[in-house]
Amino acid sequence: MSVSNKDTSQLSEHARQVIDHWVAKFPPDKKRSAVIEALRTVQHENNGYLTAELMDAVAEHLDLPTIQVYEVATFYSMFETRPVGRCHISVCTNIACHLRGSAEIVEHIEKRFGIKTGESTPDGKFYLKREEECLAACVNAPMMMIDHVYYENLTPETVDQILEGLK
Amino acid sequence: MSWLDKKNLVAFATLGRDEPWTLANYRATGGYESWEKIIRGEISPEEIIDIVKASGLRGRGGAGFPTGLKWSFMPRNAPGQKYLVCNSDESEPGTCHDRDILRYNPHALIEGMAIAAYSMGATVAYNYIRGEFYAEPVPRFEAALREAYDAGLLGKRLRGSDIDFDLHMFVGAGAYICGEETGLLESLEGKPGKPRFKPPFPAHYGLYGRPTTVNNTYTLASVPTILRKGAEWFADLGPEKSGGTAIYSVSGHVEKPGNYELPMGIPFRELLEICGGVLGGKKLKAVIPGGSSVPVVPAEIIMDLNMDYDSLSEAGSALGTGAVVVMDETTCMVSMLERISRFYFAESCGQCTPCREGTGWLNRMILRIMDGRGQAEDLDMLVNVANKIEGHTICALGDAAAWPVQSFIKHYRHEFQYMIEHGGKSIVEAKGRAAA
Repeated sequence: MSVSNKDTSQLSEHARQVIDHWVAKFPPDKKRSAVIEALRTVQHENNGYLTAELMDAVAEHLDLPTIQVYEVATFYSMFETRPVGRCHISVCTNIACHLRGSAEIVEHIEKRFGIKTGESTPDGKFYLKREEECLAACVNAPMMMIDHVYYENLTPETVDQILEGLK
Repeated sequence: MSWLDKKNLVAFATLGRDEPWTLANYRATGGYESWEKIIRGEISPEEIIDIVKASGLRGRGGAGFPTGLKWSFMPRNAPGQKYLVCNSDESEPGTCHDRDILRYNPHALIEGMAIAAYSMGATVAYNYIRGEFYAEPVPRFEAALREAYDAGLLGKRLRGSDIDFDLHMFVGAGAYICGEETGLLESLEGKPGKPRFKPPFPAHYGLYGRPTTVNNTYTLASVPTILRKGAEWFADLGPEKSGGTAIYSVSGHVEKPGNYELPMGIPFRELLEICGGVLGGKKLKAVIPGGSSVPVVPAEIIMDLNMDYDSLSEAGSALGTGAVVVMDETTCMVSMLERISRFYFAESCGQCTPCREGTGWLNRMILRIMDGRGQAEDLDMLVNVANKIEGHTICALGDAAAWPVQSFIKHYRHEFQYMIEHGGKSIVEAKGRAAA
């Protein structure tokens, strides 16, 4: 396969280890299967978003054409391909949460941070993501996810406590 | 006898124990007895498939396809690698019980996967878990896998037999479409999760082009109990053609939302009572009985229905995933449908034109009505667009986007009409004001 001469020095030693751990779960010629986990790892190490250089480094490490990495990075909602705040906040607004007051939760967070959904705080700490999916905690609605951790049965007051605790 | 006497009989059997997710607690409920029998050579693959067929177990991921029949499609004795894949990409809006199986009884799933794989001649399996489950269900499942390997329940040449079974975890990264089985396989191959044309079906051309069966988490987690207690015991829990139990994820306007594992066929009325009735004693308006993709059912109809495949399908809806979304009289059905249509628009993978374009049309037309710019002919146009998506796409996401639109307008046309005639004002708001 023709590959560019980009080096993989963008990847940390830790990232390489994690990626190789996942590569081992698949047949030897199916390294492509590890691309999602590779992107998750490098995004995490880069404060929550991907850069073209990091995606290229993943492609190089997995011996893939860069387009195969870009198309995955842009297809899945948990990957960010532009700079965003470090801490990702997703408020579920799908049907069960919609019925149990998620609009109020979103509005409360927008007011608190002075940003709209889809924006990050100017200090780069928080990113209020637009979450379209149902996050599967419907019986404890409304809920939000902050960096993968679920917070359930929310009220504006508990949201404040949770956000204070993150600082 | 009360329905509650038949609570938590299958995948939720470890609930109520301290640290229900451990191997020791799973073993205390009879866990791994069936798998160990298989390792000892006491049950053949054919027998397993016959038992699962006789139990009436059907796919719990939404489609309700008979599980034993699906397993029998696998070319078990064909040479080469075959795979089993578990779909833990739980993402049908309203559904949240697979998350609890992963968190509270992961070993039931591991044992179910081992048994299923063995019956189909698959020696490698993957459990595809949605990315959002990274912080809790994923490490819980991973820890259970380690326990199972350490106990010699997974691996190669198990306990000196010729049985090999390796189980790996895979974690997604946010895409509803990966819950569609061929979209999931694409994702597992490291690609965007765009569903494949069928045929060929995964049983002949699945993961990496090899024979593969994809089953839902709850389906597989039900298998060990079926083998231990027998097909008849399981089948008799529910009515004909709806064997066993369902985990009803009851959410929305109820006093006690929750995941309730109860027999199939429980009357909706009883289920609602178990959930403490409608929130605040309000009047029930409607229920979506199987996740956002299935048609909505008005209160006066669902109050006389039983929660099983046939009853709900005869009423024009479906049991789907068993996600029961309850809406009281204050719910604005236009706003509800707007939220649902926005979801399908956002999650359409974009490869089929009717779905990619149609879901956007549906959402924009509903938004226009809410903005007070709706016109009388919009309702027929909405149904027309929905009809043109339904059945014209590679996968069922198109149908899932169409059914809510068709059913909401069929049953609540007056609410849409009122909004169009009153500059975007909801009939519910108007009623609330009149009552105040």
